[in-house]
Amino acid sequence: MITLTQICKTYAMGGETIKALDHVDLNIHKGDYISVMGTSGSGKSTLLNVIGLLDRPDSGQYFLQQKNVASLDDDTQAQIRRETIGFVFQTFHLIPRLTAFENIELPLILDKIPATERRSKVIKALKQMGLERYQSHRPNEMSGGQMQRVAIARAIVNEPNILLCDEPTGNLDSHSSADVIAVLEALNQQGITLLVVTHDAKLGKRATRSLWMDDGQILKDETQSGALISAHP
Amino acid sequence: MRTLDLIRFSFNTLLRHRLRTFLVAFSVAIGVTSVCLLTALGEGARRYVVTEFSSLGSHLLIVMSGRTETTGGMPPIYGTTPRDLTVEDSSRLHRVAGIKNIAPVIAGTSLIENSSSSISRSREVIVLGSTPAIFPIRGLTLGQGRQLPAMANTKATPLAVLGSKLKHELFGSQAAVGQWIRVDGRKFRVEGVLAERGQSLGLDLRDMVIIPVQSASQLFNTQALFRILIELDQYASEDKIKLDIIKLISEHHQGHNDITILSQDSILSSLNEVLSLLTVSVGMISAISLLVAGVLIMNISLITVSQHREEIGLLKALGASSNTIMALFVSQALWVAAMGAMFGVFLAYFILYVAGLLFPDFPIQAPIWAAPAAVSVAMSCGLIFSWWPSKQAALLAPVIALRG
Repeated sequence: MITLTQICKTYAMGGETIKALDHVDLNIHKGDYISVMGTSGSGKSTLLNVIGLLDRPDSGQYFLQQKNVASLDDDTQAQIRRETIGFVFQTFHLIPRLTAFENIELPLILDKIPATERRSKVIKALKQMGLERYQSHRPNEMSGGQMQRVAIARAIVNEPNILLCDEPTGNLDSHSSADVIAVLEALNQQGITLLVVTHDAKLGKRATRSLWMDDGQILKDETQSGALISAHP
Repeated sequence: MRTLDLIRFSFNTLLRHRLRTFLVAFSVAIGVTSVCLLTALGEGARRYVVTEFSSLGSHLLIVMSGRTETTGGMPPIYGTTPRDLTVEDSSRLHRVAGIKNIAPVIAGTSLIENSSSSISRSREVIVLGSTPAIFPIRGLTLGQGRQLPAMANTKATPLAVLGSKLKHELFGSQAAVGQWIRVDGRKFRVEGVLAERGQSLGLDLRDMVIIPVQSASQLFNTQALFRILIELDQYASEDKIKLDIIKLISEHHQGHNDITILSQDSILSSLNEVLSLLTVSVGMISAISLLVAGVLIMNISLITVSQHREEIGLLKALGASSNTIMALFVSQALWVAAMGAMFGVFLAYFILYVAGLLFPDFPIQAPIWAAPAAVSVAMSCGLIFSWWPSKQAALLAPVIALRG
């Protein structure tokens, strides 16, 4: 489903060049549940951004569903994000002036879905997240866990194939974290490919496959059973 | 994003910043109001002049002595004096077909005294020497008494018609008709008093006296006419009559064409053109305030883009195209411009309504194109001045925008 080949990404920071991704090779299959772990600055979020087409690699090839997407223009990449990829962020990124319903509706609006169809899809997503009662609430009227569930509902309302989560439990208490993890895993069991960037080792170990990153490289890529897919010295 | 969703989303964003939105919209409103009001003043002046000219009578020719022309060679040292127009010239014009009324006019100022009252009152006013035809030609109507009799066409009869203000100044509330006045010491009997009427192109018709043209000729000791006013038949050809008049006068002026004929319609048309141009010019000058409002829109758009970077990043992450992002910000500016423009038009028409009540004689009214033009300029400013900030938003990389 996703194939990264020799992906490199560097940033200039204070006159110094930082290798955020250093010749990364990765294959992700449909339905995978992958956690990406590593220290701060190891390149986890950059990897997620490149996979999510939020950032462009400096070199290397990126095939998404057999299509080379790294070199596509901005608007085509936006269309792929709209149709194929859902995002869940640590800070939720909900629009404060919009209600839960309206926040969830956003991707459908961008996809030019008619209002009646939008309504039924949003209600379905709200039900799936157990948020029917909160559809008229604005973000400041909800708890962190509820906000993250709204963000997940927004990410899945377009029925994407891939869900990319950047520290989805980073701003949540343990109870809410467990709640969110359960929701994400349920979605994975429904067939969505799940990639979770996290510092949380407990969460990381729940994934069927874990990537360990450092200095922009994938140091270890192993399955839950302990099978090593690849390892770099 | 569908257009309706775009409009709704933009409006929702503006509601979030009510004060800021109101202030920018208000600046647009001031611009639109000033365009409407200033063009209304110009249009009011145009209508006023047109109405005043029309009240002088339509299908009117004004014949004056002298002619402006270009000649070759050195200019004459002493110049040439044109032959004066006389009452005889005026009488001859009756031979020209298509003329309805002719009024020769001698004008001057004289001291008018009320000689029949125990309290002597005097006033220096304009004296017009003419014939009874001046009444229909200038649209003068009588409030009291009669107009000049037919014999005033040829004889120096001591009869006068007073303007209403002059009558009031000389006679107060007493009846004036039949009373005697002195015009530069000569006695005239008051035949009539003009009906109340306002000023006409600076000439206060209420404060003057009309006497027979022959009497005025004796009074001012001149045969020279100030003007000959000619009213044409409704379907007469103005150009043909002009040629006939020139031909007839030339025959009696040793073959010289030494008169100038002005047409009421051509003067009116020229004035109309000049005042219309003035109105447009004033409108364009006042539209500068809309440019200032446009700069404010640009400034606010830049602030909005800066404050909503995270939201731009989110929308891009959710799949918004660059055009969608751009349209979102441009439509916000258009919303503000539209609201400001509508408020501005409403405010302008309200002020014009009040002004109409306060000054009923002045036909102040915005030209029909003023409001659409002001709204169009306001909307164009909104579009143009929000373009660059919106482009900046559209070009933001999603990953950078998401960081806020």
